[in-house]
Amino acid sequence: MAAQHFAQPRSQVNDFAVKLANVNGTGSSSANNLLMRSIFRMGVPVSGKNLFPSNIQGLPTWYEIRVNKDGHVARARIYDLMVAMNGQTYARDIAEVASGGFTMYDSSWPLDRDLIREDVTYLGVPLAEMCNDEFRGPRERILMKNIACAGALVAMLGIDMEVIAQLLTEQFAGKERLRESNQRALRLGHDFATSHFDFPLPCHVEAMDATRGSILIDGNTAAALGCVYAGATVAAWYPITPSTSLMDAFAKYCAKFRRDPETGRNNYLVLQAEDELAAIGMVLGASWAGARAFTSTSGPGISLMQELIGMGYYAEIPAVVFDVQRVGPSTGMPTRVQQADILACAYASHGDTKHVLLFPASPAECFEMAPTAFDLAERFQTPVFVLSDLDIGMNDWVSPALEWDDSYVPDRGRVLDAGELRELEVYHRYEPADSESVAARTLPGVSDLGAYFTRGSGHTIEGAYTEYPEEYQAVLDRLARKHTAVAEHIPAPVVDDHAHAPLGIVTLGSCELAVLEAIELLGKRDVSADYMRIRGFPFGIAVRAFLEAHDTIVVVEQNRDSQLRTLLTLETPVPKEKLRSVLAYGGYPLSAEDVVDGITKILEA
Amino acid sequence: MPSIVKPLVTHPGLERNALGLTIRDYEGGMSTLCAGCGHDSVTAAITHALWESDTPPHMIAKLSGIGCSAKTAAYFARGAHGFNGCHGRMPPIATGASAANRDLLCIGISGDGDSLSIGLGHLAHLVRRNVRMVYVIENNGVYGLTKGQFSASADVGSTTKRGEANHLQPIDPMFLGLSVGATFLARGFSGDKRQLVPIFRAAMAHRGLAIIDVISPCVTFNDHEGSTKSYLFTRQHDVQMTVTDFVPPAEEITGIIPDQGVVSIPMHDGATLRFRSVPDGYDPTDRLAVIEHLMSAKGRGEIVTGLLYVDEQSSDLHELGNTTDKPLTQVPYEKLCPGSAALAGVGFR
Repeated sequence: MAAQHFAQPRSQVNDFAVKLANVNGTGSSSANNLLMRSIFRMGVPVSGKNLFPSNIQGLPTWYEIRVNKDGHVARARIYDLMVAMNGQTYARDIAEVASGGFTMYDSSWPLDRDLIREDVTYLGVPLAEMCNDEFRGPRERILMKNIACAGALVAMLGIDMEVIAQLLTEQFAGKERLRESNQRALRLGHDFATSHFDFPLPCHVEAMDATRGSILIDGNTAAALGCVYAGATVAAWYPITPSTSLMDAFAKYCAKFRRDPETGRNNYLVLQAEDELAAIGMVLGASWAGARAFTSTSGPGISLMQELIGMGYYAEIPAVVFDVQRVGPSTGMPTRVQQADILACAYASHGDTKHVLLFPASPAECFEMAPTAFDLAERFQTPVFVLSDLDIGMNDWVSPALEWDDSYVPDRGRVLDAGELRELEVYHRYEPADSESVAARTLPGVSDLGAYFTRGSGHTIEGAYTEYPEEYQAVLDRLARKHTAVAEHIPAPVVDDHAHAPLGIVTLGSCELAVLEAIELLGKRDVSADYMRIRGFPFGIAVRAFLEAHDTIVVVEQNRDSQLRTLLTLETPVPKEKLRSVLAYGGYPLSAEDVVDGITKILEA
Repeated sequence: MPSIVKPLVTHPGLERNALGLTIRDYEGGMSTLCAGCGHDSVTAAITHALWESDTPPHMIAKLSGIGCSAKTAAYFARGAHGFNGCHGRMPPIATGASAANRDLLCIGISGDGDSLSIGLGHLAHLVRRNVRMVYVIENNGVYGLTKGQFSASADVGSTTKRGEANHLQPIDPMFLGLSVGATFLARGFSGDKRQLVPIFRAAMAHRGLAIIDVISPCVTFNDHEGSTKSYLFTRQHDVQMTVTDFVPPAEEITGIIPDQGVVSIPMHDGATLRFRSVPDGYDPTDRLAVIEHLMSAKGRGEIVTGLLYVDEQSSDLHELGNTTDKPLTQVPYEKLCPGSAALAGVGFR
């Protein structure tokens, strides 16, 4: 009983998507990871997206694997194979199978007749039955059911059994009993599949050589490493999904790299704060005292930090904030992705404020942008936000191996030491300003000649309290000029305008892969488009030039209110009517089809 | 400009400390508080204690939140950096500063609104972390800058200037501290500088967080008959639990208090904290007994002052974090960056 009656219109070798529907808390994620890693080891471009609930046990969870030989591994919306292991979501899951596709299910129980689609092939594997016979105890049976499921998929998808066996050996090094039972479960599923079906399926993997020199890594881990490499010594945070793993990784790598081998003492301090207000306060205090300090958080944390962010801006204190964005407003959907904190960060806090934002699009950029963020924060003495998101932060991405330039020297900005202070007639905190409108700061513990009183209240260029309009405005206006000066130091946008098309597509962050794929798909329909991915704010000359050079601009982003488009209309001279939006904000990572559909609608209108 | 620069007047005969500095060198800007404000007396006591302790001014970090109390950080140690933060947020800012540079003598100046309402959570967690700093609460029972609302330290039955009574239970920072593991708790009265100075000095030498709750009357809004934080009421109800003397390291112990019944506590830096109990048997190192004592004193309507609790054994923030002796701000970048070679093992391959 194989896929006899469905001729596929395209070759599905190394070009397909699988969705695994599970119940969370049952150990499915490690089995799913195993499959994704095996495909990566076989040299085939792949992505794994974990669509998990904000819950510990019992709710539906999905894992999507997309395999694409050309590297188009943004999320797929339709699946060639659905692994339907969760009765709660059968109906919804089966509706997402491509016509001519497959559904694998646990045939220990009969399938609901109502859920059977004529155009889908059903592959029953009695996973529960097999595991109940083979393993003892409910916990082991449940865990091994996932591995047996993976074993069946190994056969169906043509995954190299040796590759996955090797992964188990690595994963369970020193735990022979566990390795053995996992291996047994894997074999159980595999052998059932090979003896009952004609395999592999049309959608399957064949070894390639496309992942050489690449690694699998998530953005939070990469960002944490970036902070270690940037020289951050104080980190303060409050646990929040989806940013928690960033600080976990920072603590892990610090324990590895930052413990003095001679003394056994730590060259870092991680502070788990009582809330996000405290976390940003600790960062400001540490930065003020001269450390490179940062926090990681998500939308609700940004809301809580507002007041002190404004203080950092106005009193000119460096701070680095990683915002791993999730779905808002309010608690929103904590385990789903959005890019909806753009405006909240750009203008965070009351009064006239404007901040520096960086938009990484991949784990590698999370790593690279960490030192950039610290350099900008210290050079311009201001908070800097790195706007990552849940998709980048928590999913494993195929990434070029991280690289570090050992000649990197941190830009600590203008900080006067005791000697420099002695040569001054008098030191004032906010003057004289340099060509970038930055005045030199001093650190406590260095010299009484550099002493000043940091305040969030109105102050003069000398740093003294004031309520006089002209004195207050002198400082506030310089802050605006300073923000403008940052633009030149923001990573340049990634532009591909070789099509010289009148249509320009502008995007940011984790939209990248979906947009690039969409441009290719549009090209096949004779719609050509230029591309710009913006990497930070304030916007520089290259961003303006792209906007000027195109008649129609479509901004693709993951929020309801066109936040990037709004920022572009507010902060560049681009005429508002030139900008159109394609928006996806349901909480799942963007797919190329979302973009193609959106752009097609705009062009047809 | 609305801030006032204090004229520098020094007297050639002023005594100099070990650094050759006079008390003037530890003063700050001109106070803009109301004439007679208790806070100015607290400032004077801090100034004196800093001078006496031979602290280099640039090693002091002054931190405050918002309110009348917050302003006072500008009125002493002009050679020190100051950080006037946001309302209630001084504890985390001080935690960060201390985390970055453990050599700084952090002095936090707060008030009852700042510490016991908007920043109560931060204060409790500052205690839990045992951040090495001096934390002064200038406690007057009212919001002065917004003209006389009750604060969370106002006693039940005390009234505003206009006569409205407070019905809400007060929060006592000493009880708060005892319940969450504070290691140094003292209460003083702005009207008694002689008691305050040695307490401040001991607080500066303490291994961890030292909270000093100073009853500091607000002459404008809370120094009337219905107030339990007025000068008169405090004087009438002040009951000293201990008399304290502080002896710096390597100094002969010839304290100002009589030797009889004196208990000495060695401090981590070699100094000695000496105290004599006023009520017989009051032991500021016995937490349970202290709680009991303070509870019954509260029942009697007494305002207990003096060094109330001390624990020199507990680890502070940096000891708990196993951080290097050198301030983190001084660890060279070469020691912080693992270098490109270390990336070889990063990620799944």
